[in-house]
Amino acid sequence: MAMEMRLPVARKPLSESVGRDTKKHLVVPGDTITTDTGFMRGHGTYMGEEKLIASVAGSVERVNKLICVKALKTRYNGEVGDIVVGRITERRRSAEDELAMRGFLQEGDLISAEVQAVFSDGAVSLHTRSLKYGKLGQGVLVQVSPSLVKRQKTHFHDLPCGASVILGNNGFIWIYPTPEHKEEDAGAFSANLEPVSLADREVISRLRNCIVSLVTQRVMLYDTSILYCYEASLPHQIKDLLKPEIMEEVVMETRQRLLEQEG
Amino acid sequence: MTQGAWGGGAVRAGATRADDVRRAERLGSMASVALSEAEKVYIVHGVQEDLRVDGRGCEDYRCVEVETDVVSNTSGSARVKLGHTDILVGVKAEMGTPKLEKPNEGYLEFFVDCSANATPEFEGRGGDDLGTEIANTLYRIFNNKSSVDLKSLCISPREHCWILYVDVLLLECDGNLFDTICIAVKAALFNTRIPRVRVLEDEEGSKDIELSDDPYDCIRLSVENVPCIVTLCKIGYRHVVDATLQEEACSLASLLVSVTSAGVVTCMRKVGKGSLDPESIFEMMETGKRVGKVLHASLQSVLHKEESLGPKRQKVGFLG
Repeated sequence: MAMEMRLPVARKPLSESVGRDTKKHLVVPGDTITTDTGFMRGHGTYMGEEKLIASVAGSVERVNKLICVKALKTRYNGEVGDIVVGRITERRRSAEDELAMRGFLQEGDLISAEVQAVFSDGAVSLHTRSLKYGKLGQGVLVQVSPSLVKRQKTHFHDLPCGASVILGNNGFIWIYPTPEHKEEDAGAFSANLEPVSLADREVISRLRNCIVSLVTQRVMLYDTSILYCYEASLPHQIKDLLKPEIMEEVVMETRQRLLEQEG
Repeated sequence: MTQGAWGGGAVRAGATRADDVRRAERLGSMASVALSEAEKVYIVHGVQEDLRVDGRGCEDYRCVEVETDVVSNTSGSARVKLGHTDILVGVKAEMGTPKLEKPNEGYLEFFVDCSANATPEFEGRGGDDLGTEIANTLYRIFNNKSSVDLKSLCISPREHCWILYVDVLLLECDGNLFDTICIAVKAALFNTRIPRVRVLEDEEGSKDIELSDDPYDCIRLSVENVPCIVTLCKIGYRHVVDATLQEEACSLASLLVSVTSAGVVTCMRKVGKGSLDPESIFEMMETGKRVGKVLHASLQSVLHKEESLGPKRQKVGFLG
């Protein structure tokens, strides 16, 4: 049995450990970004009294003449076409609903879906009109901040390490064993409840700890970063990845590899 | 939610069987998460194979962070983080009159506040039931002669004694509340400094209590025999230690075992709607004793290490 107690260690500011040269321009709601009126205003900003003011807390990003503020931690804002993973909390209680849906979906079930439309109050309507969406079977859910999920062409990844992952834009990450027969299982509404093999479980647990490490160090989540982190974590035992110093070490190595890959 | 809160209040006056069942059901799923059937099956199968969702074995604890002396205007305080479960305990020593049936002893009073910060279920009166239940468990654990030397808290028999008000604040809840709370209470009691007082009697026989001038002249409590709780959750055919919220949702019954550093069981309680057969209870108790000894040893070494760093140690506190 393992038991470790320790004294707390003060957190180091991230910029020191990353070694970034250019400092980010951080703003809070109400801060003036610029008084130059030539810029176009993007997300997270508004025009007031002849100057551009930030409406969210985050870092300022400038693309030519467009200024926007990227929030560090946000509630999820739906966009049409986003992939989301969601949990059913409540359902409409009508007679047809009872007869038709209850056989397939219960409260507490997880589903993957795509955003069809966004209402003005922020609510989204979802559809599962493709075989790759639908009820999710056995696996592990990790909840992270939506701002850490990178927008990509596809959010369904079959990682070479042996598991698959769905990176929901709403911050819900679903890790599951890669189904062997893709045609049958994808989108099926009856979950496979057979025990998952120990090897697959180890891969899934390792991935889960890797994702949690990346999130604590505020690294963007996408298939490459998760894969590099998985490979960097292989020398350590799965449960050792829960320790703060090992988390830092693994994420540092991942960051190095990502920088090398870009440069 | 309000019905539950009223049900909890009624227990004090005259509990009905229905109230008890409702209360037991609610406590069986304290601050719970919703899980799908497939997720529960995955967790249960994993536990059978000794590989939990985060890679731990059935008897592994998550990393614990302990810091004492975090609140300056208390006699002793401690903050403990176990995973995302965050507990803050403050101890205040005040002078009062001893209880009638125990005139030579001081006593401890426990109060548990489930802050709404921990989980939305604790909003308003929602956390009161859980708070009272935890406080009652703490009273039960400390309700024996050897946990804390209560005679050392006596100033003058039948007249003055020290009362230690132990306040527990739940800041964040991520499963395994009882273990964390007990560790924090033990650490806070270790950190408690009670001012040394002398009773002076003058010629007419009236007593005067004199406080020593030196602010560092204090008496400390011996926490050698303060027990710690080990919660064992029954999941499938095995039991796990230090369950996360998701694992607690898959477990129908748990056993709370209160163990001292010598491995002696002081009290035991079963929570949850499910049943436990006697063999399981015996196995779980043995695991609890084994795990409890290691827990005490780790806690002692951390507390002594912190103390050896002296008053110049860098305090991390809440903004670290």
